[in-house]
Amino acid sequence: MQTPSPRLLLAMGLALAAIAAPALADEPGGLTQTSAPVTGEQVYTQVCQACHMANAKGGQGAAVIPALAGDPRLAVAAYPIAMVVNGRGAMPGFTDLLNPTQIANVVGYVRTHFGNAYPKPVTPQEVARIEGAK
Amino acid sequence: MSGRATTRRQLLSAIGMIGGATALYQAMTTLGHAAETQFKGPPNLSGARPGQSIIVLGAGLAGMVAAYELSKAGYQVRILEYQPRAGGRNWSLYGGDTYTELGGATQHIGFAPGNYLNPGPWRIPHHHRTLLHYCKAFGVQLEPFIQFNHNAYVHNADAFGGKPQRFHEVAADFEGNVAELLGKAIDQKALDAELTVEDRERLKEALREWGALDENMRYVKGLTASEHRGYERPPGGGVNGAPIASTPFDRTDVLKSGVWETMAFFMNMEMQTTMFQPVGGIGMIGKAFARQVQPLITHNAKVTKIFQDKTGVTVTYSDTGTGAVSEAKADFCVCTIPLGVLNQIDINVTPEKQAAISAIPYSNSVKIGLEMKRRFWEEDDYIYGGHSFTSQDIGLISYPNNHLFGEGPAVLLGAFARTGFSANRLAGMTPEQRIEAALAQGSVFHPDSYRKEFSNGASVAWSRVPWTLGCCARWNEDTRKAHYQTLVAVDDRIVLAGEHASYVGCWMEGALTSSLDAITRLHSRALEA
Repeated sequence: MQTPSPRLLLAMGLALAAIAAPALADEPGGLTQTSAPVTGEQVYTQVCQACHMANAKGGQGAAVIPALAGDPRLAVAAYPIAMVVNGRGAMPGFTDLLNPTQIANVVGYVRTHFGNAYPKPVTPQEVARIEGAK
Repeated sequence: MSGRATTRRQLLSAIGMIGGATALYQAMTTLGHAAETQFKGPPNLSGARPGQSIIVLGAGLAGMVAAYELSKAGYQVRILEYQPRAGGRNWSLYGGDTYTELGGATQHIGFAPGNYLNPGPWRIPHHHRTLLHYCKAFGVQLEPFIQFNHNAYVHNADAFGGKPQRFHEVAADFEGNVAELLGKAIDQKALDAELTVEDRERLKEALREWGALDENMRYVKGLTASEHRGYERPPGGGVNGAPIASTPFDRTDVLKSGVWETMAFFMNMEMQTTMFQPVGGIGMIGKAFARQVQPLITHNAKVTKIFQDKTGVTVTYSDTGTGAVSEAKADFCVCTIPLGVLNQIDINVTPEKQAAISAIPYSNSVKIGLEMKRRFWEEDDYIYGGHSFTSQDIGLISYPNNHLFGEGPAVLLGAFARTGFSANRLAGMTPEQRIEAALAQGSVFHPDSYRKEFSNGASVAWSRVPWTLGCCARWNEDTRKAHYQTLVAVDDRIVLAGEHASYVGCWMEGALTSSLDAITRLHSRALEA
């Protein structure tokens, strides 16, 4: 099934996402219009946390959701950026949901929280570069 | 990008569907979503070579139908299943059940006897004939699923001051406005190049009736429009029997409401009535399949390695309770493990097949069940089954389709959050926070009763379901082209099956049609061997 690109309406500092999908699967129908997260913490809480958990420790069942807490692979920003842009396995890429600024914000947030200390800021330009290489 | 442009594009898309746009239909058929099932009857396989064995991984519907049909064909069949329960995503939660999601949050379901939440599948289109065939064959009692309720609500925070309105009012106003505008376009000769004089007249007549227009082709307050949208005072008997017409809504509010999304949703082939549900919860289907194959199932088996060579297939698995590691050998393997899980299992298939397994991400979805002490939606608001749609994260609330007019507690579906921000936001919450969010958002429809009548609730966030790590495989046109045929091809002794290996993604029908096709091809392969 295909998820349509959300329409991001950025006006007067208010971010709105309107998502309307045709019934490509057993989906709810109707139109969803809710505010989109902006800061790194907001994006983490409202997107990443669904799988990686509030403490960023991931989970283990029939397979593993990797922990992001204390993760040395976050040292090079390009790695987490590429993960968010391209996805891997069950994890989708998020470029249809998040713009480069949102991705830069959340990667920067994860790299400086949950026991990670990689303070070099992540820029939307870096994200855009990796998106361009997709 | 302006919001107006977005609205216009979506609006045209909806009108295109109302007009029956062939291109849109064809695009959807290409993706495999609009066509009916290809089911021509059960495969009736026979003549397996004596002693040949097949191991099936996963006791969901795909795995169980494979085991059932392959056993009938004469194979020795065994199923390995990670969970203590058969059925897979076909699953209902009842009072007394316990569910622990990834991350460790445990819910003790408190529903009254007979009430349930269907976390995954919940409705069956009338043309999903494979599923209906096996439901009948295995004795699953079906009842109508009330898919389309004109008297339920539509809510959009940006329309009508945020007040929910009845679907029949807003939908009638949308159609009336479209009909009037199209009639004007005809009168202003905008369509002369497209239509003959006769067709113009026919279309105007159609618009007049379809849109409930008056004799002047206007959609206005009157008894004609009220026949579609409802009355200020409905017709009755005696002294005050004469109906009083209602007033149509402001056109801008109607356009803002997003009602056309809901209208277009119901036009989709898979959302069209008649739909069905099993009596007692969708999980009755999985239980009925399990009755056919239960002796073949080894539960609590976590597969860690799938290895094939010239002699057969060896599956390594560990017991989820004791950790004891075992090996199971068979001549062939039907693997129905969801791709996101299979992607993390050591399996020796071709690099192309491995790439296909790794290429398909999974959607997320959240469902929340809210048990209410009484059926206030029926008693106070005259809503009997169906869905009220909202622009909030919960997406909709859906009313129970069974025990109508009953006394005592009933379970509402308090959220069906779509993949994206909505599902992820709710999934990221604790179970308690999800219930609070569902109550806060759902209250918009029934403000006087929602919190007052609430008793207890349960939620399932599919991204945290330990045995799938997601809801359904998310294909797009690029991945279909690059990987689909590779994914479904028999790889020496192994074939994959499940909704992820179908064009009926995220439906039980997809799991079954995929499996029947896979085992038919595997059977041919086995006879050649």
